[in-house]
Amino acid sequence: MSSFHPHLLDRRLRLVRMVVWVAVGAFVVVFFRTQILEHSKYQLQSETNRLRPIPLPAPRGIITDRNGKLLAENVPGYTISLLPAADEDSLHATLRRIAPIVKLDSVGIERVLVRYRRTPYLPVTVLPNATFALVSALEERRLIFPGLLIQPEPKRHYPDSSLVAHLVGYIGEVTEAERAQRRLAPVRLGGLLGKDGLEREYDDSLRGADGVRFVEVSALGRVVREAGAASTLPPIPGRALSTTIDLDLQRYVAQIFPAGQRGAVLALNPNSGEVLALYSAPGYDPNAFVGGVDPDYWRFLNVSAAHPLLDRAIKTFYPPGSTWKLALATMGLKRGIVTLRSHMPISCRGGLQYGNRFFRCWSATGHGDLTLADAIAQSCDVYFYQLGLKLGLTSLLEDASGLGFRSRTGIDLPGEITAVFPGGTDYYDRVYGPRRWTSAVTLNLAIGQGENAQTLVNMVRFYQMLASDGRARPPYLVHPAASSNVSLGLLPEQLAGLRQAMISVVERGTARGAGRFGGSIAIAGKTGTAQNPHGPAHGWFIGFAPAEKPEIVVGAIIEFAREGPYVAPLVTRVIGHYLGVDTTAASHVRIVLPTDTAPHSRRLLPGPPTIEDSTIVPTDTGATPADTGNATPPPRNR
Amino acid sequence: MRPPLHEIDKPLLAVTVGLAAYGLAALYSAGQTDVPTFVSTIWHKQLIWLGVGLLAMSLMYRTSPRLLEWATPYAYGIGLLVLLITLTTGTGAGTAASERSWISIGGVRLGQPAELAKLAVILMLARWMAERREAPATLRDLVPPCLIAGVPTLLVAKQPDLGSAIVFIAVLFAMLYWAGTKPSLLVLLGSPVIGLVLAFSTVAWGAWIVVLFGLLLWWRPYVWEGLAVMLANVVMGVIAVPFWRRLAPYQQNRLLAFLNPEVDPRATGWHVIQSKIAIGSGGFLGQGFTHGPQKRLAFLPAQHTDFIFPVVGEELGFVGVLLALALFTALVLILLRVSRRATDPYSSLCVFGISGLLFTHIIENIGMTVNLLPITGIPLPFFSYGGSFLLACSLAVGISLRVAWESRQSGYAEL
Repeated sequence: MSSFHPHLLDRRLRLVRMVVWVAVGAFVVVFFRTQILEHSKYQLQSETNRLRPIPLPAPRGIITDRNGKLLAENVPGYTISLLPAADEDSLHATLRRIAPIVKLDSVGIERVLVRYRRTPYLPVTVLPNATFALVSALEERRLIFPGLLIQPEPKRHYPDSSLVAHLVGYIGEVTEAERAQRRLAPVRLGGLLGKDGLEREYDDSLRGADGVRFVEVSALGRVVREAGAASTLPPIPGRALSTTIDLDLQRYVAQIFPAGQRGAVLALNPNSGEVLALYSAPGYDPNAFVGGVDPDYWRFLNVSAAHPLLDRAIKTFYPPGSTWKLALATMGLKRGIVTLRSHMPISCRGGLQYGNRFFRCWSATGHGDLTLADAIAQSCDVYFYQLGLKLGLTSLLEDASGLGFRSRTGIDLPGEITAVFPGGTDYYDRVYGPRRWTSAVTLNLAIGQGENAQTLVNMVRFYQMLASDGRARPPYLVHPAASSNVSLGLLPEQLAGLRQAMISVVERGTARGAGRFGGSIAIAGKTGTAQNPHGPAHGWFIGFAPAEKPEIVVGAIIEFAREGPYVAPLVTRVIGHYLGVDTTAASHVRIVLPTDTAPHSRRLLPGPPTIEDSTIVPTDTGATPADTGNATPPPRNR
Repeated sequence: MRPPLHEIDKPLLAVTVGLAAYGLAALYSAGQTDVPTFVSTIWHKQLIWLGVGLLAMSLMYRTSPRLLEWATPYAYGIGLLVLLITLTTGTGAGTAASERSWISIGGVRLGQPAELAKLAVILMLARWMAERREAPATLRDLVPPCLIAGVPTLLVAKQPDLGSAIVFIAVLFAMLYWAGTKPSLLVLLGSPVIGLVLAFSTVAWGAWIVVLFGLLLWWRPYVWEGLAVMLANVVMGVIAVPFWRRLAPYQQNRLLAFLNPEVDPRATGWHVIQSKIAIGSGGFLGQGFTHGPQKRLAFLPAQHTDFIFPVVGEELGFVGVLLALALFTALVLILLRVSRRATDPYSSLCVFGISGLLFTHIIENIGMTVNLLPITGIPLPFFSYGGSFLLACSLAVGISLRVAWESRQSGYAEL
């Protein structure tokens, strides 16, 4: 008999129908229980008790110097926010009642409402940085403010304020554009983010992860009760960041940096690349950014001619001036064109006739016949003009690339700009047209003028090579960049000779007197004056000590320093302080730096940005706020 | 012979149209939230899919069951192939972002092949069982149907789409039963699954083995069958824990949250808690169409796909739920009647499989919204947004309409 006989089918169908009815019956019972019997319970949960997520901000990781001293910490603060109300009108009403206490004007209220509209289900921050007095005033009137939420929240604090501003950077509220990036997707709206400096570079590890807690709120938006500890997700604090900075040295640098001057100082450990101090002046107050920067202060930072937000150590370039002469000497020695005792065919009589032009030396009286070592000590332009010509333009350009003068150091700070230097002679063909230029450009390049613009950090990196065994150790604050294979390629005795020449600079050369303390340590260094056609020249000094076995290399640039009397003593005092030598004697030293580069101020070619522009306009990397006077200030709140 | 329109099975058509209209209304309401999202206009797309479904339905109405029977192996083959392609190149989407259940060509997502594969499996099982004519009597007889359903089950389980895999298994058992397989054989076939579930408690598993032994003595299958069943149960007991570890964390969480939604009230438990609050707050008459606060305030997750039924419960209350349940029950009962009256085993099995498919979807989906069943994320027929499944449902109803017409044509009268 077929298994599909009607009688058999009927029998099965009875069972199947029973199964269907039992299942449907069970559903009816369950829905009856849920919707009719337990209706009031669920109605209560739905209408009067709703879970509201409240973000618990994670404390950012602290930033310390090499000895564990705090560069950035967190201090307790209070955030005043309102839980989302039933509609915007009631929120507006509450805001108006709360406004006199928290000192909120109509613009501020509008700003709060805008924030509310973006995330209508999250608490809206009214005041991100409330004082304890304000908090207690609000607590007293709690009953008349439905949905008032006072949360203790860790606030960023930088104990040394503007002293470390360019190092640590600052934080701010995440913007819509930033949240679109995949990396920043986990940051909640209104969350904080490092915007510059270390805060930005290491934001991922500093940030931590926000937690969340749930409160049940009534229909009026009042917090009814905490929704149980089980549903709280604790924030994961950010990881602490230990830097290579020596806070003592950093403070000392800031203390002795000539007041009112613009410039930067960078100190490295030449044997490891560790950055010991990085100071750029003028600074700004990173604490002002915590809880939202004041629009007036923001405007001031942006319109100020001194550009306080600009980190002059890495984000702007200057012609290297005579500090470049060591680079040229290195190239000459490496290629075997000169030795440290070589003389040049023409001795210095105050200048050099080349073609139909007379290239002057900074010393109008002339230096006479010099060896390479003496030429470094005296920073004689005529000697280096001839060395440049001997080297030849092609070799010069090639070696400069090899020594890293066309690249970034890779320091772990955001926004480092790339040094400018021609890559080859085709650069001149492109800019001037073929055969429309002469090898006279070599003369300018030879003494650090011309189409050459270097950041302070890149020049210090070069001197780091001179101060160590000749190999590059890229500067870093937390993690070293990928190891560099750049090296000077000099023999040890050549390196020693160069150092000896640089000691002469300080002892009897162009920085004579700057190292007039201790007497026990030999400081090596090189002065430089970068011509600035639109104002007084910029003063350079880069030095290291002890010259026999350097432990620190310090570079400084001071803008418009003329023959800056401060620059060399500034550097030598920093070195002395670091090495534990009494430097009070040097604090009175004023050295007139030679205008030891070509007296003809040369504009850079149209290719790279011009020097005078670059010192004013920060290269905007996104880290630095747009340098326009009418920049819109970020929202005041956080 | 072309079936004329006026001879169509009117109750089946009416219930289907009723469900489609009700579902569309629910989907429209699901989009009405305080903060509008893409869901707010999704009912436009569903309307287009309903049009496509109508075409598919009329196409199937015009297709003779004989032609369908001939085409079955091809449909099944294509179904397997597409599932295989999905597994290798599939993408996730929407609420199932982590699953590889979508197939797309040139970046345009075409659909979830698993939904259509369900239909192909039903047809293939029907063909195999109808050709046999005799009910499977031994476990050995059950091997081919198990393979027919098992291969696609494994393929979708690998996506991983546990919900669809459960549907395949449920359909297999339903059709085997309809083909006359003895219930005792089905229990033996299903016993390893019970063994797997009970293995989480050694005591329960031990008790089950004893019961199974008793059943084997009572039913007296072949000796080798009894041994195979016992062996399978023991193996399941052993691999249960490694199998649990291999489940994706979200799958584990769903099962855990089913047992206790408070385990994880923000993630997995959130769905169930919010769903129950929405349904419970609906009360007798509901909060009013489109006015459900849980849905409006976006407390209800996936309110346009897996959790559309709570929208009905919240806004139309117990009355609305009863209406939906009544329509679903009517649909299943009508399909069962059509299946009973079908003129040939193939048609009968097809329609029975279809009713089993829809029934499983309805039970799994509605059951999870009130925490009767774990969350599996399979759609509710005619309610949940989704083209592939709506198309599959339309095709299924089309086939059933044709089968109903055939039996009416042959002068079938109620006995």
